[in-house]
Amino acid sequence: MVASEIIEKLIFIFILFAVTLGIAAYATYFERKVAAWFQDRIGPDRAGPFGILQPLADGAKLFFKEDFIPERAEKWLFILGPGIAMFTALMTGSVIPWGKDLNLFGNSVQLQVADVNIGILFIMGFLSIGVYGIMIGGWASNNKYSLFGAIRASSQMISYELAMGICVITIVMLSGSLSLRNIVEAQHGMNWNVFYQPLAFVVFFVCALAETNRAPFDLPECESELIGGYHTEYGSMKMGFYLFAEYVALFTSSAVISVLFFGGYNFPGMDYFSGNMLAILGVLAMFAKTFFFVFVFMWIRWTLPRFRFDQLMHLGWKSLIPISLINLLITGIVIALKEGWFQ
Amino acid sequence: MESLSNRKKVVSNKEMTFMERIYLPAILSGMWITFKHLFRKNNTTKYPEEVREFAPVYRGQHVLKRDEKGRENCTACGLCAVACPAEAITMVAAERNKGEENLYREEKYAETYEINMLRCIFCGLCEEACPKEAIFLTDRIVPSNFERGEFIYGKDRLVESMTDRIDITKRQHTGKRTEK
Repeated sequence: MVASEIIEKLIFIFILFAVTLGIAAYATYFERKVAAWFQDRIGPDRAGPFGILQPLADGAKLFFKEDFIPERAEKWLFILGPGIAMFTALMTGSVIPWGKDLNLFGNSVQLQVADVNIGILFIMGFLSIGVYGIMIGGWASNNKYSLFGAIRASSQMISYELAMGICVITIVMLSGSLSLRNIVEAQHGMNWNVFYQPLAFVVFFVCALAETNRAPFDLPECESELIGGYHTEYGSMKMGFYLFAEYVALFTSSAVISVLFFGGYNFPGMDYFSGNMLAILGVLAMFAKTFFFVFVFMWIRWTLPRFRFDQLMHLGWKSLIPISLINLLITGIVIALKEGWFQ
Repeated sequence: MESLSNRKKVVSNKEMTFMERIYLPAILSGMWITFKHLFRKNNTTKYPEEVREFAPVYRGQHVLKRDEKGRENCTACGLCAVACPAEAITMVAAERNKGEENLYREEKYAETYEINMLRCIFCGLCEEACPKEAIFLTDRIVPSNFERGEFIYGKDRLVESMTDRIDITKRQHTGKRTEK
């Protein structure tokens, strides 16, 4: 790899990192605003015009709080937990293609940190590691509520990963590639996967809600029973890391949904554009879809009540996995018929 | 037995139908309801900037009125203290001396007059009992304090000053005096 390429990648990584964190920070603000709108309130409006400085104020508040580690806690694991949660949440963003190649000063810039040929597996892998952040944090706190939250989180994430993985396989069967860029390229224009796999989309979406621990599947941190769940004992910026990681995960999973099912940077009428114009419009389309799904995530959070734990397990194991398996089977048969395997 | 309130409901434990079991129609209708709330007007009063108006019958901190010549109306008859269900009012009566006619309206006046604002339930019975239209409840809020003793309001804080008279027209009942 040439030095200029490395610098180009580093700059892009830095931009993506900053954008992801910025969006995650403003997702906290937006979440409170959306909650307020849904409940006929105004929401945060004190810090700056319309309260847009609220994330900064929240961050500053967390920084100045006492960084407390409980006496009986496993100190190093206690520190490691939020770090892992944040790391895994950020890493999933690295294989997502944000747009077509951009032409800058004569060389083409790929709007993707790494076009890994097993991109979707990479994402699934990091999602699984994400359990460790919560599990380690909850266990190291040495608190029964934290442990309860952690156990709930890990069992929930393991159960929903199965159905999620099967949905991903159906998409991979359609596009014939594990690379996210190839999956996006296969959905040129309006040829989006959601029109071929609506059932897989619904299942994947429900699983994404469960994987990001968001309502109605926010059992790991339900305030009413577990007083915060796995981050009960956390304070200051460690707590901030957990909450932040949740919003980063929200953003990246919305991006993954738009890549897998809604054509990523494809948009109807994209054949009329070319070059940089197409790339920029593609990025805008990608972000518009991602933000829409972030909004839908919030919309669901402020509409639905929390599931009971047995209902959650029932839904995951007895409904979503059979549905996705049947969907996989039908997709396989249809593909086989189209390819003419039975003739 | 026949329900008296007519609100009796028979609980049904029927099996959910297929449409109910897949949750999605119910979820979508719920989301439609919340979506409609996005465009609704909010009812927030942005407090420090906007202050909600009190109801005209609001009963707040008491005032001991003076008449138009600046003489105290109160004659220390004690009817307010008797009427007070919380026993928040105490007073000591005194006789008006010569030369004090510009201070007190009648021959008897309250030398001390204390209302314990922690006992007071702001029912307004003192105002109703008063035959001399001396005590009224106003739309002022009793401020909070760190000391209990500070809540016993004496005449220094109850009697209105002539330069800064308290408007009680909203509290005046028909047949009572016309001036403020």
